[in-house]
Amino acid sequence: MTETTADLFDPGADETGGGQAGPASRAIIVSYGFWIFLLSDFVLFSGLFASYAVLSHRTAGGPGGRQIFDLSRVFLETACLLASSFCCGLMSLAVEAGRARATYAGAAVTFVLGAAFLALEISEFAGLVARGDGPSRSAFLSAFFTLVGTHGLHVTCGLVWLVVMMAQVASLGFRPKVVRRLRCFALFWHALDIVWVAIFTVVYLIGAR
Amino acid sequence: MFGKLTWSAIPFDQPIPLAASAFVVVAILGLIALISVKGWWPYLWSEWITSVDHKRIGVMYFVLGMVMLLRGFIDALMMRSQQALAAGGAMGYLPPGHYDQIFSAHGTIMIFFVAMPFVIGLMNFVVPLQLGVRDVAFPVLNSVSFWLTATGVLLANLSLVIGEFAKTGWLAYPPLSELAYSPGVGVDYYLWSLQIAGLGTLMFGVNLVTTILKMRAPGMNYTRMPIFCWTALASTLLMVAAFPILTATFAMLLLDRYLGMHFFTNAGGGNAMMYINLIWAWGHPEVYILILPAFGVFSEVIATFSGKPLFGYRSMVVATMAICILSFLVWLHHFFTMGAGADVNGFFGVMTMIIAVPTGVKVFNWLFTMYGGRVRFNAPILWSLGFMVTFVIGGMTGVLLAVPPADFVLHNSLFLVAHFHNVIIGGVVFGVMAGYNYWFPKAFGFTLDEGLGKAGFWCWLIGFYLAFMPLYALGLMGMTRRMQHYANPAWQPFLILAAVGAVVILAGVGFQIAQLVVSIETRDRRRDLTGDPWNGRTLEWSTPSPPPAYNFAVMPTVTGIDAWWLMKKAGQPRAHTAYEPIEAPRNSAAGFVAAFFATMIGFAMIWHIWWLAIIGLFGAFAVVLASAWRARDEEIIPAAEIAKIEGARAAPEGAA
Amino acid sequence: MGARATRGGPGAIRPLRRLAVCGLAILTCAFAPGPLAPAGPVGAAERIILLDSLAIMLAIIVPVIVAILAFAWWFRASNTRAVHLPDWSYSGRLEFIVWSIPAMVVLFLGGIGWISSHDLDPARPLNSGPPAVEVQVVALDWKWLFIYPDQGVASVDALVLPAGAPVRFRLTSASVMNSFFVPALGSQIYAMAGMTTSLNLKAERPGVYPGLSAQFSGDGFSDMRFDTLAVTPDQFTAWVAAVKARRAALDQGAYASLARPSSNLAPFTYGAVTPGLFGWIVATTAPGNSPAEARVVAAASAQGAP
Repeated sequence: MTETTADLFDPGADETGGGQAGPASRAIIVSYGFWIFLLSDFVLFSGLFASYAVLSHRTAGGPGGRQIFDLSRVFLETACLLASSFCCGLMSLAVEAGRARATYAGAAVTFVLGAAFLALEISEFAGLVARGDGPSRSAFLSAFFTLVGTHGLHVTCGLVWLVVMMAQVASLGFRPKVVRRLRCFALFWHALDIVWVAIFTVVYLIGAR
Repeated sequence: MFGKLTWSAIPFDQPIPLAASAFVVVAILGLIALISVKGWWPYLWSEWITSVDHKRIGVMYFVLGMVMLLRGFIDALMMRSQQALAAGGAMGYLPPGHYDQIFSAHGTIMIFFVAMPFVIGLMNFVVPLQLGVRDVAFPVLNSVSFWLTATGVLLANLSLVIGEFAKTGWLAYPPLSELAYSPGVGVDYYLWSLQIAGLGTLMFGVNLVTTILKMRAPGMNYTRMPIFCWTALASTLLMVAAFPILTATFAMLLLDRYLGMHFFTNAGGGNAMMYINLIWAWGHPEVYILILPAFGVFSEVIATFSGKPLFGYRSMVVATMAICILSFLVWLHHFFTMGAGADVNGFFGVMTMIIAVPTGVKVFNWLFTMYGGRVRFNAPILWSLGFMVTFVIGGMTGVLLAVPPADFVLHNSLFLVAHFHNVIIGGVVFGVMAGYNYWFPKAFGFTLDEGLGKAGFWCWLIGFYLAFMPLYALGLMGMTRRMQHYANPAWQPFLILAAVGAVVILAGVGFQIAQLVVSIETRDRRRDLTGDPWNGRTLEWSTPSPPPAYNFAVMPTVTGIDAWWLMKKAGQPRAHTAYEPIEAPRNSAAGFVAAFFATMIGFAMIWHIWWLAIIGLFGAFAVVLASAWRARDEEIIPAAEIAKIEGARAAPEGAA
Repeated sequence: MGARATRGGPGAIRPLRRLAVCGLAILTCAFAPGPLAPAGPVGAAERIILLDSLAIMLAIIVPVIVAILAFAWWFRASNTRAVHLPDWSYSGRLEFIVWSIPAMVVLFLGGIGWISSHDLDPARPLNSGPPAVEVQVVALDWKWLFIYPDQGVASVDALVLPAGAPVRFRLTSASVMNSFFVPALGSQIYAMAGMTTSLNLKAERPGVYPGLSAQFSGDGFSDMRFDTLAVTPDQFTAWVAAVKARRAALDQGAYASLARPSSNLAPFTYGAVTPGLFGWIVATTAPGNSPAEARVVAAASAQGAP
């Protein structure tokens, strides 16, 4: 039987009030564990944000944020990523309903928008490197490339994961473990949005002033 | 083709590393030969290497820690002997380049590959049993965590045979650890081995937090959870919150070294002070990750061997969680002398002292646990008493160092070295030894020899004081740490005494090895047939020794704290008439194979063999795919088999 | 006679003599100039804080250790005389005391820590008596360079100071992190590339005080020792004059060769120092700090100010 989101919220099976009812269901355990992992990932990003904040003015005679940030491209990237998250939400609804074709459709659009985000980011990076303003130019650029690049690396991993999950759906159907993994993917994808909003604000909006 | 790797990486021209390498290689080959000749590979593969059972993995972590304790201890003996010899104009027998690697390896190994595996091993084994459940939340991830830690161990030790280790101290401060000042592969070995092991630790943290918060026996709410599980929760929460900082910081240093970035370099606007802040933002929580489970061990041991419940359970829980949170607010006390100014120094000094309050509360509560009890002087209690006395001394010197002006004259001196060894040996190591003696019968079904255990304890205790009290004195005389030689001959008698202390500790280790060997050989005489050799209070003692793979045939229903004690008092019958089949996770080679590819990636990156690293990445990805498409993740243990196992227990009913 | 020789004769005296010599070594060590026997006001104040804090902590720790051993012994299983309270695990009053005692001690020590952090802040000048001597310190691999900007001389691995005068140190490193430390005078401070730290010390009376680096900096670290020679003001003036008579000049070229890695050097001096050299060293060791800072430093060095 396909696990549904109802299993996540069914109080009878797993009241989590102090854990009196015994171990929680597999669905809850997996999602909860993945949340804890995501929190640790946020801490990783905090370390990179802290380093960016400290190094943001160490430009070693090279360009600062105002010189290199192209806000219109960044707006476009943001739009792609947020839309991608929305489509991921649609995909999740399809998964919970057990509808394979809708799942593939949602996944495809999610993927394309995510890939578009990546393409824009890569072109930004490539342009900077070609101008000689790559990450080894100054501490500011090191911090910029690493913070934004780590997020981009996460997005890349997410896209690979999405492809693998679609292969799983195709070969295994919506069995419980596949559904659990798709829920984790969705959490991951939305979390990357949250991190992007922080990057967008701290790096681009503030840096371009 | 092979990056930076050439034959000159093997230390043919340095006799000591060459001899050590030869010894290690011969020993490992010999071990492999022995296992092959005896035909043990199938057993080892199916029962241990691919096991996802938390009890097996816990034991493997512990064994890893024991082996690395020997390696780290040899480093310590070399350091002590070098310093005992190199007084006045003498240079000792270890040239600076070699000595620098030894003290760096000593610290790195002791923290990451001894202390961490020890406490993780104990938590892994004990927590699910104490919670009354069958395994951790993610058993396969547990195996991956262990094997990635083993990869870290392998890489760090490989530096002895091929290449060199870092010469920067165990935290590798830049600019010294940057390419400009450390162009060799030493720092790369350090960074890759710890990044990979750190990943394993982080995964374990996620695993155990989820287990403790979401998987407990019915009726076990938070106030009925054993105190060891509370300390395990605090420790693993810290792992989840702190290790990513280490990952980020090491990643930045790796980017500096590999891609010419400028996070911490002198050129390009890098900021070395930022590294120090980041690394200690991880580093201070790290020491609490180590000590909190040790505190948990002592709470369990003192209560059990006093025959009384732990005094002030709720206070202890509050103190534990307070330590957990406060540990993130004190990191600057590791570098008061960096010049942050009086307000900053003062704030962190005060915060450091505040964290001593919950620790002090714990000591008092242990005292009152003994009060009114009937204390039995088995080995675990001896370790606990040794801990209490030794740790309060170490805590005292810590509070002294927390006063910034006092730290201004003691920072980086041997006083500091004595302080942190005081709390780590007196706290973490003694706690691990207590836990080892306490839970060994549960894990293996027979007790450890008491006499040899006590002899080992006394040697450790006396050896510790002989080795480290002189270091306190030397620090107060102005001797700094990490000196390969020194001019003042008046320091030498103290260092000789310290070396003697190290030898006494070595005797202690010898007694413990003897204890293990003798206990195994005489195990039939000391079988634990009841599963409860110490008249314990918590649920792990309700299982047979060793517990079956599924831990509990029927999950216990918990009605109060010290659940097993309550069950014994109520005379609850243990036999059941009907059993349900149990779903158990199947063994998986994913952990071992993933670690194989992780080793490949690490080694390749260290030596700049890019094609090999790419193969490793694809290999690791293949492991993930293979795992994802595994047809069956679980196997069913039929009810009849469970009945047979449970029936075979010769378990008396009621209280022991 | 033979029996006496084995019991209390020469055979027994030799180990006793050795013990006495060791004890004497310990005592001389303990009272040789160092943190416990400071030779300056900063070190003296720090020693007082150290000993006071130790006394306060011992007042808690010693009774606790005695209690640990006493409770363990008295409540041993074989002692049936001891009170037996097998279910006693809570007492509100005890909990209150158990939290209060550490809290009060910590409050007290925390107050000491806060106040003393401000009183003994390394950057706080010691305003007393004679005018301050400025010394600029550069940590190199693996030696210490001391520049006296007001006197226009420099010294390597020997720090000569007038006793009784406050000394204002500005420190930097030409390579990796080091820590400037003269245990007998008091506080140490890190020396880091591309930036300056500040330290204020004073030697109360003439003497020779060992100095070292307290932050590991590489293979030559153990040799980063220097002597601090506190001399009378007249002797200091004479020393400066003698050094100025030397031909060796510390300009950017001479500095470049000095900065090459070397260790275990005998101390030597420079009779002339290019003005603003210290600022130039700071700016060029770690170029790429904030442009504003680099500009300020460059302007200062161009003007010849330290």
